Amino acid sequence: MSVTNKPEAALQMFDEGAVTHACWSCGDMRAAHFCQSCGKLQPALPTDYFTFFGLPRKLNVDVAALENEFYKLSRKLHPDLYARAAGQERQWSLEKSSQLNDAYRTLRDPIARTGYLLKIEGVQLEEQSKAATDKARQTGEEKKQVIPPELLEEVFELNMQLEEARINKKMGERDPELLREMEGTRNDLQAKHDALMDELHGYWNEWDALPEDADESLRKPVRDKMVGLLNRRSYIRNLVRDVNEVLEA
Amino acid sequence: MAEERVVGIDLGTTNSLVAFMGTDGKPQVIPGEDGSNLVPSLVALDTKSQIIVGNPARKYLIETPERAVYSIKRLMGRGVEDIREELKLFPFRLAEDLQPGEVLRIKLADKDYTPPEISAFILRQLKRNAERYFGAPVKKAVITVPAYFNDAQRQATKDAGRIAGLEVLRLVNEPTAAALAYGLDQQHAGVAAVYDLGGGTFDISILRLHEGIFEVIATNGDTHLGGDDIDNLLITIALDDIRGDMGLDCRRTAEVVQAIRKAVIDAKIALSSYQETIIEVDLPGRKKYQREITRQQFEKLMEPILQRTVGPVKQAMKDAGLTPEQINEVALVGGSTRIPRVRQMVRDLFKREPHSELNPDEVVALGAAVQADILGGGSEATKDMLLLDVTPLSLGIEALGGVVAKIIHRNSTIPASATEHFTTGVEGQTNVAIHVLQGERELAKDNRSLARFDLKGIPPMPAGLPRIEVRFLIDANGILHVSAREQRSGKEAEISVQPSYGLTDEQVENMILESFDYAEEDFRQRQVIEARNEASTILTALEKGKRNPAWRQLTSDERKQIAKQEKALRAVVDENDHHAVRSAIDALNQGTMRLAELMMDSAVGSALKGKTMEEVNVGEGPEAPHPIAPAEIK
Repeated sequence: MSVTNKPEAALQMFDEGAVTHACWSCGDMRAAHFCQSCGKLQPALPTDYFTFFGLPRKLNVDVAALENEFYKLSRKLHPDLYARAAGQERQWSLEKSSQLNDAYRTLRDPIARTGYLLKIEGVQLEEQSKAATDKARQTGEEKKQVIPPELLEEVFELNMQLEEARINKKMGERDPELLREMEGTRNDLQAKHDALMDELHGYWNEWDALPEDADESLRKPVRDKMVGLLNRRSYIRNLVRDVNEVLEA
Repeated sequence: MAEERVVGIDLGTTNSLVAFMGTDGKPQVIPGEDGSNLVPSLVALDTKSQIIVGNPARKYLIETPERAVYSIKRLMGRGVEDIREELKLFPFRLAEDLQPGEVLRIKLADKDYTPPEISAFILRQLKRNAERYFGAPVKKAVITVPAYFNDAQRQATKDAGRIAGLEVLRLVNEPTAAALAYGLDQQHAGVAAVYDLGGGTFDISILRLHEGIFEVIATNGDTHLGGDDIDNLLITIALDDIRGDMGLDCRRTAEVVQAIRKAVIDAKIALSSYQETIIEVDLPGRKKYQREITRQQFEKLMEPILQRTVGPVKQAMKDAGLTPEQINEVALVGGSTRIPRVRQMVRDLFKREPHSELNPDEVVALGAAVQADILGGGSEATKDMLLLDVTPLSLGIEALGGVVAKIIHRNSTIPASATEHFTTGVEGQTNVAIHVLQGERELAKDNRSLARFDLKGIPPMPAGLPRIEVRFLIDANGILHVSAREQRSGKEAEISVQPSYGLTDEQVENMILESFDYAEEDFRQRQVIEARNEASTILTALEKGKRNPAWRQLTSDERKQIAKQEKALRAVVDENDHHAVRSAIDALNQGTMRLAELMMDSAVGSALKGKTMEEVNVGEGPEAPHPIAPAEIK
């Protein structure tokens, strides 16, 4: 591992606002990644993942086309192609390909893509929950997760089952009846999880149908629906994981 | 092309190889002076303090094991705390003054070396082999590492390259390199798995091949699992037998353990071709240990080791989101995949016949040569090839309560990056500590600690107001880079790092300088300089001796003889032939023997005239390495 705090080596990502439209090499107009005129690699600038791929901020993404573009850009940006280049271009290639990889990884996955869009729209999904976790730890309290109301009954029962199964495990006992019940609950939850994905696609369409200059009063309701859905989804996913842990053990 | 020659190096636990891309578009291994493609990863220190590498070091391992070291790769990038298990099974001798957290130092006779330095000796040998082959200097290389190597292990490998005088253009994961070698002449498409069981490490990688792009989608492994472990099981059995049946406890007798090690390796290899064999070892006191072992017994014995590869294989498939049926090709890599039982298990796991057309000992080096060619500018054979690898382990930072917040997940394509924001918890706080970890476990203490940073010089502000942006970037070698800045003040935060394991840049630089002592050419140069220094000492002493009363006690023949020898030494002293200088020194030493004795007598005589021994200072006399040294007495 190497660490630096030298300004010249600091990553270009930090130089926000330093946007130039002239190619560093030939002075002509540059495109996003390469100069339109001389073809030289351009510095890595702060940009969101959609912009990096030249995509609008929309949630329905043609993943096959995205993959093609990823391979195409990889063949031009990867550090292997700049092993013999000057230090500066080598550094840009490293930064640009990390942007490319980060962007592709995020955008090809439906959940990560939705979360990312919400984040750049100003919703701090992850940080919210992290801050809550940290706060709970500091005060020594258990983090209170809001149980989605439609799951209340199921969660209550499942928690009892989990508790019982864990005690059984400790005692070295096995209750096939209980395990079968839990498996049923798990499958039920999995089905709910899958249904959420259909629901999400509906919100995507709502979002994508908004005109680019849509008013905040139109954007916020769609965003809020997606935030709520992602929270429910992660809640269910954690439950499924807990059950699987007990079942697989 | 000649001046930019880039070689591919497989720095293995058991054997190391160097290869290059031939003009015919086929990678080939460069043999050593002895004609062998494999350089055993064995380093010894001879009685003249010269480093011996490879096959010639074998006799030291058998005869004077304290002068030799093998399997050093197991110690790369590790601390003294995490090698306890290793020390039970491997005869590594650690330096006694080792501090916790310090980079390990291994003793060879009375000297000690860090694992990167020992690896550098092997690399230097490979570099020499390549230079002899090309008749030109080799300065750039691609070096392979196990895919599952962590940041510290990778950094240690890169350091080894630098110490050996090589610019390491890229660290390539071994299974990926093997895939490159396999994919070179056959236009494969689809999904391939590489099962790589070597001397000390196990890797499984799953790749998608697509129009020349080799995209790794998942990798897993165990950096401490390999043929060595099978050997150790057999060694333990032999030692127990010898103790139980013959009443000989040889566990601490390094020579015997090494003899047993050699015998069990021979037996292991034989069992890949025969149904049974005999382990045979000569013991002290003209005793002989013999034990018959069948392939069936051997397979039963090694089964637990083999089973340890199943978990990583299944995890990699799960991470890739694939079932065995969706994998089109499987390749076997590493010497241990010669064992029939290993092949059988791979066949069962993937439900297909694995490839092993390429020599499993050489395929990684060949792949490294392919990557070296790509980095060197490419050729017709490699122009469409591109390798997209992943980071094998998740990167995280320690959060409150000792849990890990993951910021870059395993199997992310590299280069990969993450930006995190930190703030202060107390009013006026000017530094923030960050603990960076690698691994998959929930708690920080169960993961590999990479470093602790202190972000210093944060302008005093109310708690929670500073916004420190820290950027983590994993480069194409799988090595992490970190940079930070406080955003509200725009000030670059000062970072002080405590790498958990690993050498500082300064230490590496020093080792590079020291390592010149071991280069063949430099070694000769050093001998010349040492001989000259010695000549100048003896000549100065002689000048002084001529002014001593003892000089006049010599016969004129003796004085003539000395003058002649002095002239002879002065004639050769500026030549680059240290042998000539040495023999002239020896002659002059011989000739001035009586002068030295006379001076000694007169010194003792003057002591009798009332001076104390301290004043006369003859203490140095008899101990001095040079007979004429007493002439120094004033």
